Amino acid sequence: MIIRIFTACGGGGDACLMKPKIPQQIISLSILFAVFISALFVARGFLVPKSFGKYGHYRADAADEVAAQPIQYAGYHACTECHSDIDEIKRLSNHKGLSCEVCHGAAAKHIEAPDEFIPTAPRERGYCPVCHGYNPSRPTGFPQILATQHNPGKPCMSCHDPHSPVTPRTPEDCSACHREIASEKSVSPHVTLACVRCHAVPQEHLMNPRLALPEKPASREFCGQCHAENADSPKEIPRIDLASHGDRYLCWDCHYPHYPEAR
Amino acid sequence: MNDDNSMNRREFIISCSKALPFTAGFLLFPINATEMLLAQESGGYDPTQHDFAMGIDIHKCIGCARCADACKKENNVPLEPTFFRTWVERYIITTDGETRVDSPNGGIDGYPEISGNMEILRTFFVPKLCNHCANPPCVQVCPVGATFVTRDGVVLVDEKYCVGCRYCIQACPYGARYLHPEKMVADKCTFCYHRITKGLLPACVEVCPTQARIFGEVGLRSSPLRRFLRFNDIVVLKPSLNTKPKVYYAGTDGEVR
Amino acid sequence: MLTLITNLGPDFHDIAGYIYPNEYELHWGLLIVLYPYLTGLVAGAFILASLERVFNVKALKPVYRLSLLSALAFLFVAPMPLLAHLGHPERSFEMFLTPHTKSAMAMFGFVYAWYLMVVLLLEIWFDYRKDIVTWARNKKGTMKYVYKVLSLGATDISDGSVRFDDKIGKIITIIGIPSAFLLHGYVGFIFGSIKANPWWSSVLMPIVFLFSAIVSGIALILLLYIITTMFRWKEVSMTCLNKLAELLIYAMIVDLSLELLDFIQRLYESEESIEILSQMISSRLFISLIISQIILGSVLPMLSLIWARFGRLPDEMRRMAYFIAAILVQVGIFSTRWNVVIGGQLFSKSLRGLTVYKTELFGLEGILMVGFLLILPFIILFVLTRLFPPWADSESRAHVSKA
Repeated sequence: MIIRIFTACGGGGDACLMKPKIPQQIISLSILFAVFISALFVARGFLVPKSFGKYGHYRADAADEVAAQPIQYAGYHACTECHSDIDEIKRLSNHKGLSCEVCHGAAAKHIEAPDEFIPTAPRERGYCPVCHGYNPSRPTGFPQILATQHNPGKPCMSCHDPHSPVTPRTPEDCSACHREIASEKSVSPHVTLACVRCHAVPQEHLMNPRLALPEKPASREFCGQCHAENADSPKEIPRIDLASHGDRYLCWDCHYPHYPEAR
Repeated sequence: MNDDNSMNRREFIISCSKALPFTAGFLLFPINATEMLLAQESGGYDPTQHDFAMGIDIHKCIGCARCADACKKENNVPLEPTFFRTWVERYIITTDGETRVDSPNGGIDGYPEISGNMEILRTFFVPKLCNHCANPPCVQVCPVGATFVTRDGVVLVDEKYCVGCRYCIQACPYGARYLHPEKMVADKCTFCYHRITKGLLPACVEVCPTQARIFGEVGLRSSPLRRFLRFNDIVVLKPSLNTKPKVYYAGTDGEVR
Repeated sequence: MLTLITNLGPDFHDIAGYIYPNEYELHWGLLIVLYPYLTGLVAGAFILASLERVFNVKALKPVYRLSLLSALAFLFVAPMPLLAHLGHPERSFEMFLTPHTKSAMAMFGFVYAWYLMVVLLLEIWFDYRKDIVTWARNKKGTMKYVYKVLSLGATDISDGSVRFDDKIGKIITIIGIPSAFLLHGYVGFIFGSIKANPWWSSVLMPIVFLFSAIVSGIALILLLYIITTMFRWKEVSMTCLNKLAELLIYAMIVDLSLELLDFIQRLYESEESIEILSQMISSRLFISLIISQIILGSVLPMLSLIWARFGRLPDEMRRMAYFIAAILVQVGIFSTRWNVVIGGQLFSKSLRGLTVYKTELFGLEGILMVGFLLILPFIILFVLTRLFPPWADSESRAHVSKA
């Protein structure tokens, strides 16, 4: 076990030409470390996964494993293959952007085995308000109702066909979708003004609200039609000097037109 | 009497009859109809031809959180309210300069009524998810290479390799990652990688009723994302951290973190 | 904040403001607080040993070998909290097989292996080799064979060989100093390089970690020296103790200055995160930061050390003051680790909310486990001191200077 490298001459004299002796410590330690490190490399050869490093510092098979996950939602088009009659109606309605599976749940199983797995349909009143219940954080103009006040107890489906959800009466005015604005206007001095007095609304707006936007007044003179000093309008309407009032700002930069006197 | 021909004809008939059980098998056994509907042949997907990204239009989001709900169902995310791959936040900015944010159960069960005596200046919803950054800090810090960016620009986690050290969860500035309580590995939004590689949309994009989420590809002219990026003023989250996120927000507010 | 978790589901009442939904669970808990504390003690004890070996601070001779053995004992325990914390500890070897060179954490396996094998074990072996060989020759029974194996076949204890040991030992110590810095500094870098977290992201983080490590290491050796000498019914060398106290004072001054600098700079720059961080310090971290880390753990021990070292006191009082100060320092440094690790997760990355960390009593991340991991190094040290007695005045020190 003890390794010695012998010198040219036996036991020590300085006069001898001695080959430098590698100390025992270094030899023992070098052997130990060599064994250890080579064991590490051997282990590495066995243990590193085969596809590692192919495309980067990761196991290339992992991407394929993630991609092999089972699918739960079949997707919009999957339903229209068989249920084309419903789709024809829905495609032209206000719910055209609504995927079937939002209400009927994940349906990939139904595609594979149509008779065994039947998607449900939410009929309780609690479901439609998930989108249509009043929430001030929703974008303005999105049709919302106060669920507790809007025909309480009645299922939504009894008046609104979910695949073509028009209201029982064609909305005579804008308040069906713009309820907030309508309710503010109704307690303001502008209560007698119809929405269309100031906003020209294209017919298409009812079907494609965002793509066919109503017009808005563009100049101070518009409000001046009623509010200018010399306007031809009822005497109770407050007048201002159009030339000097409010510098060059537009009227609605300071006055909220749907409730003009609010501070 | 051409021996070759007759042999060929016989061979042909024999080979046809060999094929018969296979074709019969195909007709008899049900195939995944979803896959049939797609024009993709299996194995035909080339990740180097794609670079996925997402756009979110805040003006359109109604906060219904059907996206968060569908994501949990599609990806088997644990149902507890502390694990989300995507969630919807509600911001309420009041006239006194305060900003209140909440996301109860990711928004899936709706939001509580706004209480208190303040006047609301602005309020909106912001859907959040993994941003699949082009310079992801989470990938940088993984000690073993268990999370990575695929060649099609999606950041994924290798659940067989992850050791669960949670360094990536700490490194994500957006809170997009969580530790899966059963698998004990890091988990997060995968852009529904199993769907997009088959030509489908991610579940959250699929179910969004107002099309507030737009899924598409960077650098592809025909992608719907291209028009979105062109027509809107785009903002990404925490740009100062230089993570180069690939979820682009339009109509968002400076108060969004 | 001790509550027995019964896992009935998340309790959102303790959340103030808004946190991202995924942030409810704190990911790096007590075990990750423990790990830098342990490696800090290793690094600190080693730096102390190197002061004697390389910089010839003669007064520290009585504690030289004790420091090395303590460093080894704590180093053995250091990876245990990490393994216990991993989601899949059985896969931990992946860090050796496929380390991601961009990640600071990937270097853990290599730095640890390097420090354990090339620095600490080798240095101890070279320092003790002559004794090991002598014990192998003189002892009886199983111990004889234990020492024989430990000598690794290098049984030459001639003068030249011993001089060689000494030379190599010095070289290893010189290499060991930056290695010790790396062993503990990389942990600071792990935290300091996370840009997503404004409490952690700081250039000073590795440096503060290192200096608090040195402080805790010196305090540990001070404690161990007093305790072990007491148990052996011997006299402590007041020169050594005074030197230790002096070094501790200097290290604490630097450490405190660094932390003060960080604090002042943060307040001055007043970046976006200052509001939520101030809220966090004044509410969630008040006890562990203001009371435990600053007052009890830094100011009080430093003042008492200065008074004990430079004031006119009888030796018994001096020893008592050192002892108490050293214990307070340990509490202070542990609180420092707590405040860094837990503090960084108590506020949301949305900068709008705060959460709570509820420690458990049982379980892998529980207080009992941490207590066990804190006691274990002392048990290991006890075994090591039996195997390799480090006492300069011990009868069992078999080697004679002239062979």
